Amino acid sequence: MCTVCGCQNAAVSVDFVTGPQSPGHNHNHTHEQPHFGGSGDGEHNHGEHGHLAHGNAGHLHVERAVGLINFGGGLAGLEVAGLSQERTIRIERDILSKNNSYADINRARFNETETFAVNFVSSPGSGKTSLLVRTITDLQTRWPINVIEGDQQTSRDAERILATGVAVVQINTGKGCHLDAHMVGHALDRLPQSKGGLLFIENVGNLVCPAAFDLGEANRVVLLSVTEGEDKPLKYPDMFAASDLMLLNKCDLLRHLDFDVDACIAAALQVNPRIQILSVSARTGEGLAAIYAWIEGRATALARSAEPSQ
Amino acid sequence: MKLAMHEVSLIESVVAIVVDERRRQKFSRVRSIRLQVGALGHAEPEALRFCFEAVASGTIAEGAKLMIEIIPGAGRCSNCLRHVPMSDRYAPCPCCGNPQVLLIEGGELRVAELEVE
Repeated sequence: MCTVCGCQNAAVSVDFVTGPQSPGHNHNHTHEQPHFGGSGDGEHNHGEHGHLAHGNAGHLHVERAVGLINFGGGLAGLEVAGLSQERTIRIERDILSKNNSYADINRARFNETETFAVNFVSSPGSGKTSLLVRTITDLQTRWPINVIEGDQQTSRDAERILATGVAVVQINTGKGCHLDAHMVGHALDRLPQSKGGLLFIENVGNLVCPAAFDLGEANRVVLLSVTEGEDKPLKYPDMFAASDLMLLNKCDLLRHLDFDVDACIAAALQVNPRIQILSVSARTGEGLAAIYAWIEGRATALARSAEPSQ
Repeated sequence: MKLAMHEVSLIESVVAIVVDERRRQKFSRVRSIRLQVGALGHAEPEALRFCFEAVASGTIAEGAKLMIEIIPGAGRCSNCLRHVPMSDRYAPCPCCGNPQVLLIEGGELRVAELEVE
């Protein structure tokens, strides 16, 4: 049972790919709820990192670990006995209130540890992981960095992050299309505590669903690669409206494309007049200094606001 | 069943709210669940209906009728301060053309009431 929230329904299993406490594989995720994640595909995640789990056991990577958390379960049934009279109960409860309360818990943890948490969102293939790898490589001497990776399946992205040397937890959402605050809370339990650091959360590649789910982050960053359409902010407005910074990635490819940068910027500003926009290339490094300056500014402002006011 | 959409999570939260209510109050069956869903919110009513049966199965909410009330979009213009209807979350004010209209209705995702016995 989860010690934070008392949940019993989420099928949580953690696989430490490296580290002396490596318990092996995560075959134990449950499929007893037939309506979710119960499609009989119980084969995920084992083969490709099995050799790492065994080969690295017992040395070196004490503070570095890939934790893998699987969320596949649905709601537990509840048997009800006894009779009562027919009546109407007014509830007036926000459907997202539960997620939002977990997000508040996460936020409180970030405040306590003075962690600057950023939620990276985009459609699949926009270059989130490549950008993170490059950013982590350049910034890890400046800040302690932890990473949470969200994907439906595999820990491939976490392996790429792990190669940079920082701690990472992979969350596999199974059939889920987004990270929620509850999953992130579980992932935080698996990461080393560091004060005054950065937490990069790479959400599931999806421009729709993650928009509705606050994870407790300080800022949300949306990536849009120039190989996508310039009208994406208009087609998926919720995501761009909910973001603080838009990164126009792969801008080294612009000379090969008909992508209209000005039209894209206008579209983004139409759905969110407050959004900041930077053109970058994770491949060539163009524009990365501006991202680092943005991170520096935000993280410093956050740390200052966390200081006692007397 | 393969379902990958955020409406599944939202409906799971609806069922969790019903299960939670059952802990506070005695009832043996839920006849209906009335949701209020904003026309400009994050959830598609048809997708909510689509996954409700599967999610509710095996819970106290099984067999309940899902009723969805759509709340139309409305906002307040930051310029002319009028209360205006909104058919699009990011449309300019229909009165003065100002692009900044604050959404005040139409983003709801709420369990309004349960009919139980």
